Amino acid sequence: MLSAIEIEQITHEIQQVPVKKAACIEALKIIQGQRRWVSDESVADIAAILEMSTAEVDSVATFYNLIFRRPVGRHVILLCDSISCYVMGYTEIKQQLMELLQISYGQTTPDERFTLLPNACLGTCDHAPAMIIDNDLYRDLTTASLPQILDQYL
Amino acid sequence: MEKPLTQHIPASGAPLHLKEYEAVGGYAALRQVLQELTPAEVTGRVKDANLKGRGGAGFSTGMKWSFVPAEVTGPRYLICNADEMEPGTFKDRWLLEGNPHQLLEGMIISAYAIQATQGFVFMRWAYKDAARIMSQAIADAYAAGYLGKNILGKNYSLEMQLHTGVGRYMCGEETALLNSLEGKRAVPRAKPPFPQVSGLFGKPTIVNNVETLSYIPHILSKGSDWFKSLSYTADGGTKIYGVSGRVNKPGAWELPMGVTMRELLEEHAGGMKTGYRFRGALPGGASTDFLTDAHLDVKMDFAGVAAAGSRLGTGTMVILDDRTCPVGFVHNLEHFFAQESCGFCTPCREGLPWTEKILYAMEQGQGTYADLAQLEMHTRLLGPGNTFCALAPGAMEPLQSALKYFREDFEQHIKEKKCPYANHTH
Repeated sequence: MLSAIEIEQITHEIQQVPVKKAACIEALKIIQGQRRWVSDESVADIAAILEMSTAEVDSVATFYNLIFRRPVGRHVILLCDSISCYVMGYTEIKQQLMELLQISYGQTTPDERFTLLPNACLGTCDHAPAMIIDNDLYRDLTTASLPQILDQYL
Repeated sequence: MEKPLTQHIPASGAPLHLKEYEAVGGYAALRQVLQELTPAEVTGRVKDANLKGRGGAGFSTGMKWSFVPAEVTGPRYLICNADEMEPGTFKDRWLLEGNPHQLLEGMIISAYAIQATQGFVFMRWAYKDAARIMSQAIADAYAAGYLGKNILGKNYSLEMQLHTGVGRYMCGEETALLNSLEGKRAVPRAKPPFPQVSGLFGKPTIVNNVETLSYIPHILSKGSDWFKSLSYTADGGTKIYGVSGRVNKPGAWELPMGVTMRELLEEHAGGMKTGYRFRGALPGGASTDFLTDAHLDVKMDFAGVAAAGSRLGTGTMVILDDRTCPVGFVHNLEHFFAQESCGFCTPCREGLPWTEKILYAMEQGQGTYADLAQLEMHTRLLGPGNTFCALAPGAMEPLQSALKYFREDFEQHIKEKKCPYANHTH
């Protein structure tokens, strides 16, 4: 069930657009902002409020890279795996992250602290390799710098 | 050397705030436009300057605007494409984070030219700082009377909104961007009708790139002759170029349109890092053909790069060095394109993963000569004219040129049944 805050925010977004379903992506962002991911139940709730079918909402939700349809940890690590980071050796960063966290891409640590995901170019190619954790961009990554960065996220 | 787009961006990288922007002449062009020029005259001046779109395609901006029908009533839209996601590209970020009001002023003038009622900045989710900065800049512009009802007391009104995306390369394709703004999957639309006639919510819409729109105030205040004089070549203006890879000083610089690859690489990027040799470069992002050391004196403008068999694209080069496997390099690119294909048309949806798998097998030492023929067939079947949008043809550009320039590397993988380069694993 949607919370009062979620309903209020989605209703506000509906008022900004000419047709209700145009608020679909914003509604997904709102739910994810509150709950970290979008469950089947939330998809159905959004469908009801926007007068869409659940399949149509899900087709949008699953299309976009940054809408999570499975639970994620408290912090999401998005490691750039595109070309400049490849040339600059992101694969070593990937190995190190997987060893430190003991998880692979798409997995969450058992304490739900981190989820690790690959991500396309972060647009900071002159400072490759790069990653984003939550809202923070880290550039010029080295394997030596990783433990200290991760320690900041509890 | 003039650097109109970036000269006022503080070296610290901090954004130029409204008062600082006004102090260096900001919003004077808008004031002048609203006082003295008709919308058609604004379009005329941009057409005279022959400003070509900086998003990758290089289409004439004034020409694009002129396709918007004059007689339609009701809403119409001006959208800034700030969904910079071409791998290897980081130029718009500089303008978005450093001089947000320059972009806004460009958008307001452009919106006036097409008589738009609403503007959108469609920004990549990953540009968190830029989103915060742009959001503040829009609020400041409203407070100062540059946005909203009756701008600067004149009979023109414009609303402006920032939209942050949720991640998909396709959102940079202008008709897919429109679908995304409508809350839908970002799949491309059939053209015609072109967005200029039937775009966002079926209304006339113009989509322009950040760098393109940021140029508009300068062209209006200083004129087309000035604009043309900035460049080394027939394509006017300056351009933001960038270099990434194993060079001494990777970065982005605003330089006259038409500098050579050599100047970019050796003077601005400081040459190759010790122990690395230049083998080739994608001149304008992931979806452009490789150029090699035989092309170092190519002028980096639209015609120059095209004559060398590639595209200027975004003007941000990715360097291939001699210690990076060209097959692995292209595999990385095709992995990206296969992942980002929207799946809407068959050659792209099926062909790109196939291409990626063949390249992966080759890296693992399992490639055959038949695979080479298969890759070549894909470069034709996924090429221009066979797909719904430019994604797959763009994906084939680095592949077809790698097969041409680095063929020995592909053959060595097949013959030796392994990747001869030691330093990268998948």
